[in-house]
Order: sequence, then structure tokens, then C-alpha cells
Amino acid sequence: MTQPLQQTSATFVGMPKFPEAARKELANAQQRKNLRHATHTIRTKRGNVVREVDEWEALRVAGAEAKDEALTHLGDYLEQLEASLTANGAVVHWARDAEEANRIVLDIVRSKEVDEVVKVKSMVTQEIELNEALEAAGINAWETDLAELIVQLGHDRPSHILVPAIHRNRSEIREIFLREMGQVGRPAPADLTDDPPRLAEAARLHLREKFLRAKVGISGANFAVADTGTLVVVESEGNGRMCLTLPETLISVVGIEKVLPTWEDLGTMLQLLPRSSTGERMNPYTTMWTGVHDGDGPQEVHVVLLDNGRSHVLADRLGRQALRCIRCSACLNVCPVYERTGGHAYGSVYPGPIGAVLNPQLRGTSSAIDKSLPYASSLCGACFDACPVRINIPELLVELRGKVVEEAGRTPESAAMKAAAWVLSDPRRLGAAQRAATTAGRLTGGKPLRSVPGLGAWSNARDVPSPPKESFRQWWARERGKGEGR
Amino acid sequence: MSAKGEILARVRGAVADITTPAGQRPAAAARDSGGQSDEGTLELFSERVADYRATVVRAAAGDVPATIADALAQLGCQSVVVPSGLDAAWTASLGDAVTVLPEAEATSHAQLDAVDAVVTAARVGIAVTGTIVLDHGPDQGRRELTLVPDTHVCVIGADQVVPDVPDAVARLRPAAGAAQPLTWISGPSATSDIELNRVEGVHGPRNLVVIITA
Ligand code: SF4
Repeated sequence: MTQPLQQTSATFVGMPKFPEAARKELANAQQRKNLRHATHTIRTKRGNVVREVDEWEALRVAGAEAKDEALTHLGDYLEQLEASLTANGAVVHWARDAEEANRIVLDIVRSKEVDEVVKVKSMVTQEIELNEALEAAGINAWETDLAELIVQLGHDRPSHILVPAIHRNRSEIREIFLREMGQVGRPAPADLTDDPPRLAEAARLHLREKFLRAKVGISGANFAVADTGTLVVVESEGNGRMCLTLPETLISVVGIEKVLPTWEDLGTMLQLLPRSSTGERMNPYTTMWTGVHDGDGPQEVHVVLLDNGRSHVLADRLGRQALRCIRCSACLNVCPVYERTGGHAYGSVYPGPIGAVLNPQLRGTSSAIDKSLPYASSLCGACFDACPVRINIPELLVELRGKVVEEAGRTPESAAMKAAAWVLSDPRRLGAAQRAATTAGRLTGGKPLRSVPGLGAWSNARDVPSPPKESFRQWWARERGKGEGR
Repeated sequence: MSAKGEILARVRGAVADITTPAGQRPAAAARDSGGQSDEGTLELFSERVADYRATVVRAAAGDVPATIADALAQLGCQSVVVPSGLDAAWTASLGDAVTVLPEAEATSHAQLDAVDAVVTAARVGIAVTGTIVLDHGPDQGRRELTLVPDTHVCVIGADQVVPDVPDAVARLRPAAGAAQPLTWISGPSATSDIELNRVEGVHGPRNLVVIITA
């Protein structure tokens, strides 16, 4: 059965292919400086809190297993989720694609006769371009996450999953606030400085009036627990709590891959996500709601379950692991390519290594940008090591390269890609190749076998992943062996 | 076909290669230590809460009312909203300087916005992550009570503190048909969106005081 692809959104149609877009972004020195600072800072913090957890590798395995269980039995768990949600008073909607999801949300918002909604940062609503759909219908969608606010007021696009305005510095933010806040609500204080606490205070005051009067809130969800019907939003600032608590009506758009089989899986995920994402032991705020709670929070709760290309990804036996992604952004922060080009060059709301995989998977490899994305990597393997749910991004990139090349006709290149895919697709072959590579890693002192390629050379980047001193497989064999000895 | 029917058919067709039934995966690596709060757990909890620049105070049961009054005075709070099921003794020593707004009388968002502080109990504390979890029972109040005012004073019993996240998750499983909303709080509201500078306090309470009592 062929699965439908995601429709490529209007914003990104005509996006130049990755090397061209990247060259343009590289010219932006401020962005490069900000990005370097950001990725290195978060990377260090992440490393520190991950090292605190003795059983980190076992947690990653448990996280991957929880997602795999949900994904490989997705039909069952989605039906269970719907039943649990409905039993707790939520209304469940199903949307095949972006257009259908937007129409559902718009109909609900219209029925409330409001001209504005408040929004929690959510990648899925960016993916379906919900704000644009609402605006076209004359409804203002206020982004309330500080970085999203900066992006929205600056008429800009996000460049990082976690810190979407990382390409802006404090004086740019001050200018944007002074120029734009008054156009859409409470103006920024006239004596606003570029001191971060002052800027945050300006955002607090600007948004508070919107929170207090909002009738409709729109969110995504980090997790949707099938056996209890609980939705989970993980955040830092409290804008999420505001949007999830104060409005009378709450609409959550949830990708079908967000489902977790059981409540207990949250015990794993809530250890993996904050440490991988912001590099904290726990993020400041997490909200969990199970349908409607009598007399507390929104009394009308809608959940829109969205496919939009996900079932297409699921049909690919190797590629489906990309749907485990919990959008932590750890892979972005360790990626030498992302660090230099930034998020905009990927032409999608999903940037970085996971974007290089997910976009061509979701949208197909027919456009120039999606053809070139699988090459936006040096295959150094850092993303795989960082990924809390063990998505083998280099392996998927190699496979996608093979697809791109194959579509262009059979060449020596496609043969090479096929060979690489052959090694990577079989655990035994991969194990043998990794043991060989690990030996090589000891010899080269853990340095990548080749340096990160220059920008002219994306398509020449065929480096094998930087061999770790101990491969995961070796670690697993060792740990398992230990466990069995007990 | 309905959207639901079509999506379910697609996802089932997509995993036609999978033959194992749902629910057969190996048991999760998560563990439940039984949740006994020994002194080490409490020490770790105080340390980790303080790491987020929240204020942590240990108080004997009898000293809770005075500790609450002190905390509010230090932060200059002149009004406080109180959940309907909060131990009445806890707010008994607030005196005339502080106006007390009972939860039932706080009917609008604007009213809450004008209140300086909220005092609540908690449901669970997590030592490793320095987290308090509210289940918004009668001694914690509706969610907006702990969201809109700028100061949150939270009293947690030593026996409510568990070692790690899986222990807390085990205690918090929503009861079928009677699920409570949950708010996990780890320090005051914060952002790092401006050049990665951590700023405490954006939309949630900027001051968090955690009182640990026996
Ligand atoms: S692919 Fe892995 S590391 Fe990257 S965002 Fe997703 S979960 Fe995080």
C-alpha cells in the first residue's frame, strides 16, 4: 500500500537546495557566532547532566523500545488513546493532512466567535502552517514562547528547535520589541534596555493581558499516553501553563507518532527529554492533563490526531525509527554542519540532522532541497550518540542518499550507497564493520577519519561515522553480559 | 472513508511486516525503589531544589505557620490566595499585614493577577531532579492559583519526597475516571532564549519557596 506524502508547504516551495541556502546563511557572521556559542553551551550542559545518570544507555534503550512498541502497533495504541481521551471528556478529531487539521481547528475557533488565540510553542502547528491559516481567516494567533514571540514580531522564521531565535542578539531583540509590540498590544516600555531580564519583563507584560483575556488556547503535545489519555507539555517559561490553563477551550494538535503505550513510559521519557534538550535535570514546568478536569482549566478540550506524511515514513522498515524523535534538539547541538549553517538552510521547521532525515522522508525526494538534504552531513555519527531514543541518523542518511542517487539513474555512486546500506542494514554486518572501525578509532585517537567537508564538497562527504572507542553494540554486549552474570 | 478509518488503515498497512502483538515488549528498565524518604533523599532534594535558585527551608511541623509568614514578609507579599483545603493553621499567623483571599472568592483571572502570592501543599517531591509535583487536590487548589501570582510558597512533607522520576510516576498514575491534572515544577519560571542568558521569571511565579516539613 502506498502511503501519501506530506504536501510541501507554500513557505518552503522554491527553497534553494541546501548548499546554496547554506552558503547564504554562512555569510551571516552574527548568526554563526550566536550558533556556535549556543550549541557549545547546551552541549556542555547536556554532557554534565547525562554523565550524572549511571544507567543512561539503558534509559536510551528503554526510550527507543517504548517508542518502537507504540509505532509498530500504532493502530492499536491510537484507538486506545482515543478511547481514554473520550472517556475523560475530550473530543478527538482525526486529520489526514495539514489542510484537514487546519480546517478542524479553524471550525472550532470560529464556533467560539473569537478573533484571537494564544499558542504554546509547537513544531507540529508550524509544520501545518496553522498560524497562516488562522490569519487568513482573520484570527490572530499569538505565539507566547519568548523566542517564538521574537520570531513572530520580527516577521522571521525559527532557526533552532529549542531556541528558535538564537540567530538574534539582544540589541536586535530590543529593537524588534520597541518597534513591533505596540502594533499588536501593550507596547514595550520606552526606556527598554537590551539587558535580558528587562527584555523578558517586557515580554511578560506584553503577553499577560493576552493570557488573561484569551478564550481559546492552542498547543501541541510532547507525549500522549494511550492507556490513560494524558497529554503532556514540557516547557520552561510558564507560557505553556498559561495557554493550557486559562482559556475556556483548548485545542491540541498531536502528531500520531507522539503516542506512548503506558503511563509508566513517562518515567523513562521525563528523564531522557530534559537532560537531552536543555541540559537540565528537569525543565521548570511540565503540565499533564487528562481530558477535562471539572472546575479546573479548559472545560472544552479538543485533540486533533494528525498523520500528514507520518504513515508514509512508518511504511519504511528502516526509516520508521525517525518517528521515535522526541524533538529534543540534541542532534542539532552536536552537529558540525548545523553549527556552521544554522537552521534556515534546511528549508523546514525540522532543521539539523533529524531534519535532513525527516524532511525528505515526509516530503519525498523530488524537490531540489529534499534531494540535497541527505548530503547535509559529514556522517560523523555524533547525532546518533546524542540521540536519547537512539535514532541511527547516519544510517538513514546513507540510505536516503542511495534513494536520491537511484532516482537519478544507476551510477557507481549508487552502487557505493547500496553497499553502505547493505552493511548498515544487518546487525551482524554492522557489528563487524563497527568493531573494525572501533579499532581504527583507537588508532586515530577518536578523531573523525576525515575532517568536516568544506561547503563546496557536500556531495563528496562520504566519511564513515567517527568510530567511538566503544561501540554501542560492544557496550551492550558488555552490560548485558554483566547482567546475565548476576 | 472517514479520516480515522483511513489513517488507521494506513498505519496498519505500514507495519504489515510486524507480527508480534502489542504489549509484548520486555519490561521497561524503570524501577521503583519503594519511595522511602531517608535523610539522604531529603538532603538531595533540598540541594537540587536550591540549584534552581528556589528558596528551600526545613521546618518542624509546628514551625510551618511562622515559616510561611516569614517567607511572605521577606518577599514583601501583602496578599495571598489560599486553596480551599489548605491546613487552616498554616495561615493562622499571617497577621493583619497580609490580606487572605480564599480560593472560592478568586473567581476571575484579573483578581488572581492582583494577588501577590499563593500558599499550597504538594503531592510528590523528586529528590534527583529537585521537582515538586502538584495534583491540584483541595490543599493545592485549581491550576491557575499557582500560576498567576508572582510568588509560590509550597509546603511538602518529608514522606512525600521520593528518590527519582520513575518513583514519582508510579505514585501519580491517574485514577480511571477520576484523573487529576498534574503540574511538575522545578524551580521558578525561566528562559534562556536571549543569547542563552538564564533569566528567572517569565510568565510563571518568579519566586518559589519550598518548605520541607516532617
Ligand atoms: S533525532 Fe534524536 S537527538 Fe535529534 S531531536 Fe530527535 S530525539 Fe533529539
